[in-house]
Amino acid sequence: MKIHIKSGRLIDPKHGVDTQRDVFIAAGKVVAIGDAPAGFSANRVIDATGKVVCPGLVDLAVRLREPGFEYLATLETEMKAAIAGGVTSLACPPDTDPPLDEPGLVEMLKFSAKNLNQAHLYPVGALTTGLKGKNLTEMAELRDAGCVAFSQADAPFADSQVLLHALQYAATFGFPVWLRAQDPALSRHGVAHEGEVATRLGLPAIPVIAETVALSTILLVARQTGARIHIARLSSAEGVAMVREAKSRGIAVTCDIGIHHAHLSEMDIGYFDPNCNLTPPLRSQRDRDALRAGLSDGTIDALCSDHTPVDEDAKQLPFSEAESGATGVELLLPLALKWATESKLPLAAAIAHITAKPAAILGIDAGHLGVGATADACIFDPAADWRVEPSALHSLGKNTPFSGYELRGRVSHTLVSGNLVFERK
Amino acid sequence: MPREGWGSNLHTETRMWLDPANPQLNKNGELHHLLSLEGLPAGVLRQILDTAESFVGVTQREVKKVPLLRGKAVFNLFFEASTRTRTTFEIAAKRLSADVINLAINVSSQSKGETVLDTVANLAAMQADMFIVRHAASGAPYLIAKHVAPDIHVINAGDGRHSHPTQGLLDMYTIRHYKGDFTKLRVAIVGDILHSRVARSQIHALTTLGCPEIRVIGPKTLLPADVGRLGVQVYGDMREGLKDVDVVMMLRLQNERMNGALLPSAQEFYKYYGLTEDKLALAKADAIVLHPGPMNRGVEIDSSVADGKQSVILPQVTFGIAVRMAVMSILAGN
Amino acid sequence: MPVNPLPDAESLLASLTDRMRPAVGPATGLVGIYTGGVWLAERLHAALGLKLPLGTLDVSFYRDDFSRKGLRRNVKSSDIPFDIDGCDVIIVDDVLYTGRTIRAAMNELFDYGRPERIRLAALVDRGGRELPIAADFVGAEVVIAEGGSIELHRDAAGRLGLELTHGNAHVA
Repeated sequence: MKIHIKSGRLIDPKHGVDTQRDVFIAAGKVVAIGDAPAGFSANRVIDATGKVVCPGLVDLAVRLREPGFEYLATLETEMKAAIAGGVTSLACPPDTDPPLDEPGLVEMLKFSAKNLNQAHLYPVGALTTGLKGKNLTEMAELRDAGCVAFSQADAPFADSQVLLHALQYAATFGFPVWLRAQDPALSRHGVAHEGEVATRLGLPAIPVIAETVALSTILLVARQTGARIHIARLSSAEGVAMVREAKSRGIAVTCDIGIHHAHLSEMDIGYFDPNCNLTPPLRSQRDRDALRAGLSDGTIDALCSDHTPVDEDAKQLPFSEAESGATGVELLLPLALKWATESKLPLAAAIAHITAKPAAILGIDAGHLGVGATADACIFDPAADWRVEPSALHSLGKNTPFSGYELRGRVSHTLVSGNLVFERK
Repeated sequence: MPREGWGSNLHTETRMWLDPANPQLNKNGELHHLLSLEGLPAGVLRQILDTAESFVGVTQREVKKVPLLRGKAVFNLFFEASTRTRTTFEIAAKRLSADVINLAINVSSQSKGETVLDTVANLAAMQADMFIVRHAASGAPYLIAKHVAPDIHVINAGDGRHSHPTQGLLDMYTIRHYKGDFTKLRVAIVGDILHSRVARSQIHALTTLGCPEIRVIGPKTLLPADVGRLGVQVYGDMREGLKDVDVVMMLRLQNERMNGALLPSAQEFYKYYGLTEDKLALAKADAIVLHPGPMNRGVEIDSSVADGKQSVILPQVTFGIAVRMAVMSILAGN
Repeated sequence: MPVNPLPDAESLLASLTDRMRPAVGPATGLVGIYTGGVWLAERLHAALGLKLPLGTLDVSFYRDDFSRKGLRRNVKSSDIPFDIDGCDVIIVDDVLYTGRTIRAAMNELFDYGRPERIRLAALVDRGGRELPIAADFVGAEVVIAEGGSIELHRDAAGRLGLELTHGNAHVA
């Protein structure tokens, strides 16, 4: 399959490219940029006039709900959602049922994903068996089965000693560890940011110190052990400041935020909108502004969708009883673009946070479109305005706080390994 | 996923007839549901209090009943047990000649609150006109109000820590009855503010009605974050907080909070935050004392104060019926 | 066509008083219906020198149009400060029209007790009855066009006056 992407604006942040260039693809790779190689005859020419051609998006957190939660979503539906959102590589957290704590489960998941022949799947293995926070998993075996990193997802450690040992063991092999910074005791029963809105609505609260106390522990243990740490879903201004400071001291730490947290705050809960029940909680406007500033100055490395499909039965409940999370993999691109536009930054800045930077965290060769690179690409119309209609989303999860929002920027084509896997009719 | 058995009684489309900025008001700014006192205009609060005053007259007659809601079906939907509150709503509805159906729903036997909407859909099919909802989770009445047919009215009878609007209104009625003008009052609310839906309702109502000074008094473990943003002044020392106040509103301390990580003991709480005669003496000489009941005598209030001449706790109960009659008849007419 | 075709309220009240005078006694209880009926009842009560204190009724809770019109704002408290049981009651209203207000007032009175007799006094009877109700004492009968309405007003000095909101009127 030879594809010629014609007359598009190529944005490849890793190589500092933002200009009109044709892209030529053959045998799953980018074979030329600009002029066609000698004798190139395309099977398919994609006219990208007026559109942006960028590396396929890399999403650090997409819950596929398999194994165990197939009633909420399936690999097939969520993979479809991913490519409809321009995502060509995705990491899935280990909080499945059972959790991804055995090589067999990981192999099976990889195998199923490969058969679908859509986005590349990178499982994140469980750090402890059953995510119970007590006993370490066979990390080396899991790595051989395909895990790119290890995590507790949103589950706590039994105590700090397990954290210490987990990081020591991972550091032995150089495995990256992804952790959420949330103290389980300080966030117990909480469902909303401890602030004005939770006070007004009478919602059990999660204070910022639940994040900062845990973060400080993680950073100290990381420094002690030399483990490669990635902080997942940072939520507070103070958390951003702590990561900034840790980076300046040379601690090997990266971090991401969920795309919802770049736009929403506790105020969006309004009158108990269960779609705004998220983990971590939406915090104050000041926190949100600090997260956006952290993205701009590089303290925050990546934006992810934190895609969590939840069905209506689990969402149409009183706020504190509703299952937390939002569907998002199809909204990652337009919401990232929205952040860049509102922050008066070029499109390339938004694209870097959802391509090259998360690829570097994953340690994979993806997120760029240089000659010789795997031809994972996303073509989108940066001027297309569209309204988010949950029923029109490919994901089985219709739970989004952006329901009814007008967003700008829509994926028209997605290529994975040189194959056109998605084309919007 | 479409739910089976959800008849046409559930409406999930945009509530066109309700004000999106305040889903308890219709487009004319009239009360359609009573979910919270927050955001209700002072005019609506006064209308309820004025109407309640007329019903107080009715409750003192030979026949304490008027035919206003004849033929209407009022469902008491209590997902959390509370005989007292349910009874006051039942009396109020019956005095308006409505048919009252009491439903105690055993939440523990069902998987979470999943059945809230199922229950409501079933009841709506029984031609309900009004739902009185009590639920342990903040916001549950909003969920129900969002899903009922447009001609059904929802009254929040207490949801989690969020709101208990009819209690707040009867407290306002009581204060107005004894003190008249809100704009000259200094009011103290004492005790477990953090977990109290009553306190939140009182604060919103007092603010809207123009009360210039609202104090909250309690240990920091029982005060919510940013409570000052609600327009109140915070006191840790009860003696200081009670100085020169016109109204003292005591809150009930739940048994499960008396011993644990929030408070060391009921005894210590009583010593520092219980309303005793000597502490009450710091307030104005004509200050009145309110309590939403049921009281923990010797924990948040001393018996001599509860039964003393400054206590208006029993009149509160009488006014409570009239206030609930007023709310129901205003809603049913809008 | 005169500027105000309606009769003068004060003279109507005077003649109404004269008609009622022979019919009242020590056991007569006067009950005015808000708002105009109460103004009239206050004046009648004083002029007739009645012993029992004046009663007032706001029939909002007994109206038959609640389901269509809802509850009026500024509902007043009904107050019957004497024992209704066995009492000779005269209901006072300003304008007698369909009779529905009087029906509501009688229903409410019965929730206070069982009166010996109920009679009705109205300043103006404009016809148009929808119920079998008639007044015992009337100031004047007035015919006005369909859709018009008559309202009683009271100025700062306490003087009563009738006003036609629209339509034409003549005294029958």
